[in-house]
Formats: sequence, C-alpha cells, structure tokens
Amino acid sequence: MARKLLLTHIDVPGIQTLEVYRQKGGYRAVEKALKTLTPDEVVEEVKTSGLRGRGGAGFPTGMKWSFLAKPEGVPRYLVCNADESEPGTFKDRYLMTYIPHALIEGMIVSSYALGARTSYIYVRGEMMPQIRILEKAIAEAKNAGFLGKNILGTGYDLELYVQPGGGAYICGEETALLESLEGKRGNPRIKPPFPAVSGLYNCPTVVNNVESIAATVPIINDGGEEYAKIGVGRSTGTKLISAGGNLNKPGVYEIELGLPVEEFIYSDEYCGGIANGKRLKAVVAGGSSVPILPANLMVKTVSGESRLMTYESLADGGFQSGTMLGSGGFIAFDEDQCIVRNTWNFTRFYHHESCGQCSPCREGTGWMEKVLHNIEHGHGSYSDIDLLVNVAKNIEGNTICPLGDAAAWPVGSAIRHFRDEFEWHVANGREAQTRNYGLAHYADPLEPVV
Amino acid sequence: MLSVKYNEPGEFTEEMLGRFAEIVARYPEGRQKSALLPILHEVQAVYGWLSVPAMDNVAAYLEIESIEVYEVATFYTMFFLRPQGKFVLEVCRTGPCCLVGAERIMAHLEQRLGVKEGEVTADGLFSWRGVECLAACGYGPVLQIGPEYTFHENLTEEKVDELIKELKNKAEGRELTAES
Repeated sequence: MARKLLLTHIDVPGIQTLEVYRQKGGYRAVEKALKTLTPDEVVEEVKTSGLRGRGGAGFPTGMKWSFLAKPEGVPRYLVCNADESEPGTFKDRYLMTYIPHALIEGMIVSSYALGARTSYIYVRGEMMPQIRILEKAIAEAKNAGFLGKNILGTGYDLELYVQPGGGAYICGEETALLESLEGKRGNPRIKPPFPAVSGLYNCPTVVNNVESIAATVPIINDGGEEYAKIGVGRSTGTKLISAGGNLNKPGVYEIELGLPVEEFIYSDEYCGGIANGKRLKAVVAGGSSVPILPANLMVKTVSGESRLMTYESLADGGFQSGTMLGSGGFIAFDEDQCIVRNTWNFTRFYHHESCGQCSPCREGTGWMEKVLHNIEHGHGSYSDIDLLVNVAKNIEGNTICPLGDAAAWPVGSAIRHFRDEFEWHVANGREAQTRNYGLAHYADPLEPVV
Repeated sequence: MLSVKYNEPGEFTEEMLGRFAEIVARYPEGRQKSALLPILHEVQAVYGWLSVPAMDNVAAYLEIESIEVYEVATFYTMFFLRPQGKFVLEVCRTGPCCLVGAERIMAHLEQRLGVKEGEVTADGLFSWRGVECLAACGYGPVLQIGPEYTFHENLTEEKVDELIKELKNKAEGRELTAES
C-alpha cells in the first residue's frame, strides 16, 4: 500500500470538523512551527523537502519562498491559489471539500514562515459550497486559537480570508489572480516585477497552490528530510492525481511520485483500467494544457523504459515524445474518442478563456478554433493542418502569460502524434462525424512498442 | 419577456449592507475595491442578475467609478447582465465531460426545456447554458445551479428529468408558502 500524507484520514467520519481533525493529529504542525521553529527554519524544512509547486509549473516551493522580499515596515502576503480550472484537474476541490483543515493548517504554517499577517485563499467563484466549507473551518480554527491575535500565546497574529473569483480560467495565473483579488479584470501583469517583490497591493507576495500549501503540514510534522525520501530524484513526496475520462474508477488519488503510469491506469488500487472493456487510445497526463500522448508513448518512453509519474519521466523525450506532469489532471481517452473533436473542444476553451490582452492569443486561439471546427465538421482541407501548426507556433512564447503556450501545446501535440486522424477527417468529410477513426496504430499498451 | 420582479433596480437592504461591511473589513484600508467580486456575488444572489442601477449602487458604495464595476462584471463569466430563469442550469462542456456524454446532456436539456442555450422558459423558471470546466472531471457529466451552486454529478437523461421535476416542485412550494 502506498504511503499517503494528505489524504491519510480522508475516510474518517467527521474529518471536516476541527474536533475530529485534531483527534487525528491535526494542528500539530502549527504548534511545532510556531512554538519550536523560527520562520526561516520552516522555510529551510520546505527547501529540504524538495516540494515542487503542485499547481502545474513545478517550481520548488522553498526556493519561491526564499525570493520573497522583506523590506522593513511593508506588509507581506500569502495568497493561496484555489482557482482550480485546468480541464482535467479536480484535486483541490476534493481536498477543500473533504479535509478543509489540511489547507487551513498549511496556510497558518506557511504564513508564519513568510511573515504574513493577512492571508487570502482565492477560490474560484463556482466553488461556493467549498467557500462555505472553508469559512466554517476558519471560524472553527479561530475559535480554537489557531487564528487571530497572539496564536497559541506565541505573539504571532494572522487573519485568514476566503475570496471568491468570478469564473475565469485566467485567474489561475498568479498575477491575474492578484489583479482579480484587487477587484479588477483578470489581466496578467508583465513580469518583472515578480509578485515576490511587488504582488498584492504592490507588496511582496507569495502565491501557492492548495496542494503545495497542504503539503507543508506533513513536511513540518515529519521533517523535510523524511518527505524527500518519498519519490524519485527531484520529484519528491506524494502528488494528488485527478483521474478522469474513460476510466473504470475515475477520482482523486494520492500517489507516491515514481509510480509507473501503467500501474496507475490498470491496477485496481488506482484507476482499474479503461471503462467498458475498451482499449486506451491516448492520455493527457497533466491537465488540458500539456501535450497529449498516444497510449504507447504514455506507458513507455521512446527508449522503451517504463514511464513513471514524475516530473522528469513524463517529460522524457521533450515535446517530441514526452509531456508534463503539470497539475496532475490525468485524462484517459478510449478507442472511440475523436482526437480532432477533443482538440477543437480544448481550443474553444482557450479561446473562451483568453483575457484578450495579447493579440497572438486573443486572435490565434479564435483562428485555431475556427479551423478545427471546419476540419471536425467536414469542411477542412489538407493545408489547414499545417496552418494550425503555424498558428500554434506563432502563439507560443509570444504572450505575457503562459495561457498562449497552454493553448498552443494541445494543438501542436495532437497533430504531431495523430496527424493521420486529422488527414482522415479532411479526406472523409462528413463521414468523419458519424464514424470514428478508432485506435488505428496508436497504441495498445499491452502490445510491444514499435 | 420576464416576470416583473426582475425589473427592480438594485436597492440594498440593511441585511445586504451588513454583509458588504463584513466583506470590506477583510482588506487593508483604502483597498475596499477588493470587495467588488464578493459584493457582486451577493447582489446577484439576491436579484438573480446585475442591473445597471445595481452596479451603480455598488460603485457608489465602494467609492469607485461605475466603469470599474462594469468592466469587472463584463469580464467574469459568472455575472449575468440580463435576467435569467429562476434556476440557471450550467452544464460543463469542456473536454473531459464531453468524453463521458456532456453533449448528450445539453441536447437533452434543450429539448426538455424547449429553449435554446441562454434563453428563459416561458414560466420564468429555467434557463441553461454550457460553461467551461467546473473542476469535477472525474464525476462527469456535471451541472451546477446558482446562486448556491449546488452540484449534480454523473448525469444521465433520467437524472436531468428528475432534477427538473424537483426544481419545479420547489418553486411551486415556495410560492404557496409566500401566499399563505
């Protein structure tokens, strides 16, 4: 049985309440950090743990913390990014719904480490039920003396608030999130200055994902060194994976980084294989933005090694034959799914969610959506396929924030790996709407890789 | 097109103003504009949508220009700038949900309610629309219903029919209590 750190007590009845959460050892990390460690020592523990940002970028959390500017007399802020909107990802919703105190406890520990006296949890507006759950948990924690003035008699003060978003994927980008938290449109800021120097209200600010913040609790409880023992190489600790699509057992799983992808898909401890006895065609491993891979490349790398759930192994082969761990949004496609239709769907999503600041993204996502619509609906031409590649290339790297890249990668990778399916759509026009291209040669993981 | 009660401008009750004050207190002095999104949610929860007078009142309350409210209300997809049905059914239409039948659910809703996406049923009770990823990809297809944003997972056509029936009963039940 794999080790769990975040979801250990998820099945305990009443774990949402402070009382039960404490019975299971909750808020020990707050006591330990505030009473026995200096803020810098907490930062050091997190650095030692090797924890990497769980929102998608994978940047080392401890290093991000150490960049925080600390000018005299200027408040510093910690903002939790709970604007979970990346298609395929639903782990933060799960954590906040079922074990909200894990996030609250992590917020207290992390705020202490950073010297923040006011912290915000920015939750996407659609998650009103989760907002109510968190507000209740905060009230409980405050009542018990874990929040407010002079926490546990240590002299440390902290106020924690929940902020709702308004329904905008772009607010998951940290500077757009800060704009939104200031009551403005979610337009990403030009960096530098980075939030660590000038973030919320122009003050030094750290923005961390829900899961990253919750992970600081086991890191403080057991020590960074213990945490770093789990995993492979620079991929330390456990990771929440949101598994969706055509799987027998979709849901949120906590895995030890280093788990083989094949085991994750097929073993009964995790997804239990492909639903309805079908075969696997493709996987998007880390949320809709990361490159889609055909099943054979998903399970094994080009060199024939078993692919592991780590930042490095998933990226093996670069974008030619690899992908990214991203946010851990794992989407499985069975043999009946149409790659063209899905790519069109994702591109419509990015067009809808582009904030409109940068022309390559604002216009490019719309063009890609239209061209893909044409191909999917039987009006495409062969040159459209190269046109898509061209537009995607011209968006990538030419925008203020990574939404442009996130829109370009799914298109580029779908054509790279499934070009024959696009060509088949062009050649077969309207027939392609009623009949699927099927599994073709991509991929049966149970057969040897060509 | 819609029942009269939706034509009221956005006057704020004492209770609402009390909530607003609580929200503004979360931010440092002079940063009350941060309260804009939470307050717009409060207003929409009461009136069902954001009228221009309501947005102007929010601007006056937060001591900001009206345009600062409009630009925000038009940017975020959760805010309605025109009246909606009493129940707005929002179905996730993004990739992972489509792999498990979201398009079928939307087609069924359209047929069952007899209105196109974004339109309101004649009795003023329902409108529906497709929305982007609701972060529940493992439980798709899903839909949510504001203003509480209750969540309905693993949808089938039968479940949708049940839900519509339930909501109709709820609406009728409420009206009966109000009259009695």
